Amino acid sequence: MRVGVIAFQGAVSEHMRMVDAVLGSGSALAVRRAEELDDVSAAIIPGGESTTIGRLMRNSGVFEKLKQLGDGGFPIWGTCAGMIMLAKEGDEQAKRTGELLGLMDMKVKRNTFGRQRESFEEELEVKGIGKSHCVFIRAPAAERVYGKCKAIAHLGKYVVAAEQENLLATAFHPELTNDLRLHRYFLEKAR
Amino acid sequence: MVVVIFMKIGTKTLKEGFAKMQKGGVIMDVVTPKQALIAEKAGAVAVMALHAVPADIRARGGVARMADPAIIEKIMKTVTIPVMAKVRIGHFAEAQVLEELGVDMIDESEVLTPADEQFHIDKKKFKIPFVCGARNLGEALRRMNEGAAMIRTKGEPGTGDVAEAVKHVRQINREVEELVSFQKHRGMLRSKAEEFGVPFALVEETAKQGRLPVVNFAAGGIATPADAALMMQLGVDGIFVGSGIFKSSHPERYAKAIVEATRSYGRPEVVLKVSKGLGDAMHGIDAKSLQDSQKMQLRSH
Repeated sequence: MRVGVIAFQGAVSEHMRMVDAVLGSGSALAVRRAEELDDVSAAIIPGGESTTIGRLMRNSGVFEKLKQLGDGGFPIWGTCAGMIMLAKEGDEQAKRTGELLGLMDMKVKRNTFGRQRESFEEELEVKGIGKSHCVFIRAPAAERVYGKCKAIAHLGKYVVAAEQENLLATAFHPELTNDLRLHRYFLEKAR
Repeated sequence: MVVVIFMKIGTKTLKEGFAKMQKGGVIMDVVTPKQALIAEKAGAVAVMALHAVPADIRARGGVARMADPAIIEKIMKTVTIPVMAKVRIGHFAEAQVLEELGVDMIDESEVLTPADEQFHIDKKKFKIPFVCGARNLGEALRRMNEGAAMIRTKGEPGTGDVAEAVKHVRQINREVEELVSFQKHRGMLRSKAEEFGVPFALVEETAKQGRLPVVNFAAGGIATPADAALMMQLGVDGIFVGSGIFKSSHPERYAKAIVEATRSYGRPEVVLKVSKGLGDAMHGIDAKSLQDSQKMQLRSH
C-alpha cells in the first residue's frame, strides 16, 4: 500500500517518515500532481501555511481531485493547515486561506490559540488512541462539529481532533513526535 | 475554559517545529503593511518586517537597527501568515522587545549593524524561535548550540548576486558529507566538535542525519525564479528573498514567480513559464566588487 503526502509546502518529510515507519520504507509518496493521487490508497495534507498550501493545491488540480476522492470514501487526514483545508466552514482568518475542500462537517478557527509565542505542548486524551502528547504550533481548532463529524479530542471548548468516516483532522502534529499511533489509526482506514 | 494539566511553551520541539512548517516556502522581506499583503497574496509562507530592504541599508550606510515596533505591529495586524523581524547580532534587548511584541520568529541578522563583536544572543532563554545566518558548518552548529531553531545559509545581502549563497550552500554540503564519512570514527568527529566549538552530540547528530539537524533556508542575493530553483536543487529547504522582490520592476509578478519556482524547482518547464515577461530584476551589485568591509556576511563567526 502506498500513501500520498501532499508535498507543496510544510512538514512533508516528517509525515513521510512516519508512514514509512508504519508501512515499511518506500510506502510514502510525495504528491505534487493530481495524477499522482491515482497511485495511492490514502492521502495526508500536512501542516504548513494554509494560504500557501491551499493556493498551490488549487493551481495544480490536486484540490479538485482530492475533493472528488474524499467525497467517494478515499481516506484523507489533515494536520494543522490540513485540518483547515478539510473543513466545510472557517472563521474570517480561515476564509482568507481561499476555498476549502469542504469535506468535513466542522467550522474551524485559524490560529485559535494565538501566535508562535503561544504555541504549546499538551497531554490530551484522544478517543480510540488514549493519552497522547500533542504539539500545537499556531494551531487551528474546530469551534463546532456537526452532522457526521465526531470530535475525538477536546481542549477546553475547542475540538482539536475530529473524524468523519474516511476523514481525519488533527490540530496538532503527531509527525513531530515519535508516537506512531495516530498514523496507524489513520492507515487502518485505507486497508 | 482551557484546562491546563501539563502545558509547555517555548520548547525546542515547538521552536524547531515552527521552522519545519515553513519548509518549501518563500519568506519575503517587507517594509510596509502594503508590501506584506502583496507577499501574502503571492503565497509567501511568512514575511520579514524591517525598516529598509538590504539593498537600501547598503546604499544608505550608517547604523542599521531593529525596525520601529509600530510598523512591525501594523504588519502583524495586516497579514495572517507569520511575521518575523530582525535584531542586531548580540542585541538581546532588541530581541526582548520583539518577544514582548509577539513576532513569530526573530532573525539575529548580519544585515543589521552588529551590537556585540564577541557574543551572539543566548537564544535558549527566549520563548520564540530564532533564525541565524551561517557561511559554513561550524558557524551553523554554533548558532544551533546557542539555540537557533533554523539556519539561513548566507549569501551577500542586498546584492542580487546569488554567487555567495551558492558558495556557502556548497561549503556546508561538503562539510556535512565529510562528517557522514567520519561516522564510524568517533575520534575524528570529536576533533571536528572541538574545531567547531560545539558539543560532540551535535556533530554526531549531523553526521547521523546527513544534513543540518534544523531547517535550512537560502538567503542573500536571490533575485529571480531561476535563482530560487538553483538554491532548492542544491538542497536547501526554502528561500528568503530580501531585496529581490520589492527592488524589481514588478513586485507582484516576481513574488508569485519565485513562490512557484520554489515549489516546482525540479521542473524546468514550470520555471520557464514563470520566468517569462517578468520585467527587470533588481539591478544588483557584483558581490566580487565589494571590499571585505562592505560585506555583511563577514559580520558573524
